[in-house]
Amino acid sequence: MVTEKQHIDEALIPILEQVSDPEIPVLSIMDMGVVRSASIKQGIVYVEITPTYSGCPAMDVIGDDIISAMSQAGYKTEVELILHPAWTTDWITPKGREALEKYGIAAPLDAEADKSVLLEGKQLVKCPQCGSKNTKMVSQFGSTACKAQFQCEDCQEPFDYFKCLK
Amino acid sequence: MKENLYKYILGIADNSLILGQRMGELCGHGPSLETDIACTNLSLDLFGQVRSCYQYAAKILGDDRTEDDIAMLRKERDYLNVLLVEQPNRDFAYVIGRQFLFDVYHHLFLTELQKSKDLTLAAIANKSIKEVSYHLRFSSDWVKRLGDGTEESHARMQEAIDGLWTYTDELFHQTEADKEMVAEGIGVDVTKLKETYYNNVAGVLTEATLQVPELKYFQKGGKQGIHTEHLGYLLAELQYMQRAYPNMEW
Repeated sequence: MVTEKQHIDEALIPILEQVSDPEIPVLSIMDMGVVRSASIKQGIVYVEITPTYSGCPAMDVIGDDIISAMSQAGYKTEVELILHPAWTTDWITPKGREALEKYGIAAPLDAEADKSVLLEGKQLVKCPQCGSKNTKMVSQFGSTACKAQFQCEDCQEPFDYFKCLK
Repeated sequence: MKENLYKYILGIADNSLILGQRMGELCGHGPSLETDIACTNLSLDLFGQVRSCYQYAAKILGDDRTEDDIAMLRKERDYLNVLLVEQPNRDFAYVIGRQFLFDVYHHLFLTELQKSKDLTLAAIANKSIKEVSYHLRFSSDWVKRLGDGTEESHARMQEAIDGLWTYTDELFHQTEADKEMVAEGIGVDVTKLKETYYNNVAGVLTEATLQVPELKYFQKGGKQGIHTEHLGYLLAELQYMQRAYPNMEW
């Protein structure tokens, strides 16, 4: 989903798409929606990224990976971390959501459904392994700050659910 | 103005740093794997928020001090966190009680801080509140689970709330820096949050079948840098690496 504030130079998109999220390697940082702007000014590339969560340890690595991917394409790059506007799971692209599911992580539901899943124990999260909605939350916090732990009651597989952040 | 803004940011950041350190102490020591992960996730969120604040504070200082200097190399008396967040992890009920009593405040505070005229602080608040909503859910949930649990868990949750209650009033004290920042439209008038705070806290406690303590005497001093004996020990561990190996980096 492209928002008004996102300005990304077309020429840089293929390069940025090569950079993946170090914690979810199937997802490019473009699909994640963390790249807020990228432009070339007088031969130097300026990229603005925003963290998914404040303490996300992946941000430093992402910054380094962008610089390295750009340098392979012949650009000198400056990366800046911005906080505003704050990242939301709505910025994950449809392609990104599909990649998450394939990787075994349930993609975020909308805010209302997310609340009823995490607070009232409603069964709305689909198991990424077998597709059943007969799932239960094991813990509101999972392997990383952005995920909750779930288990499928049908196939018994544990899995991560990407929490809605809005 | 500049000095008070700096102090104001430290007040916000130090609360999260010290609470984050306390939660981080549970890494590998949580009562179960899920709670262990949850507590350290909270810690990570808080440290992330703190970094944004200290980076901003370092920019205001305008000298060669960095976020790490501010976080790691101040003396005990220079930390401006409230006494509540430095209280030790006596048992899991204390961990949850402390987190809950702070989360209710933190959420109300950040809601208001989003309206700050200082755009950096507003942006930090806007980012942090999304995370803190999860913290508040987590801690409220556990207060209810322990309070409305077994006889043992109920008694221990009540004891923790009773023991920590004396530190809650300080959350709503204003320092000189606070007053100036409120007047400038930058800071949050914490005195106005007090009533909602105690109502919200009482709501959860009642649901958890716990008694709301009726205490009239409260502890204070953290906002002036006068701490309980627990902070020194915490800082000794927090600062050890930077003191032993100056300028060390990850």
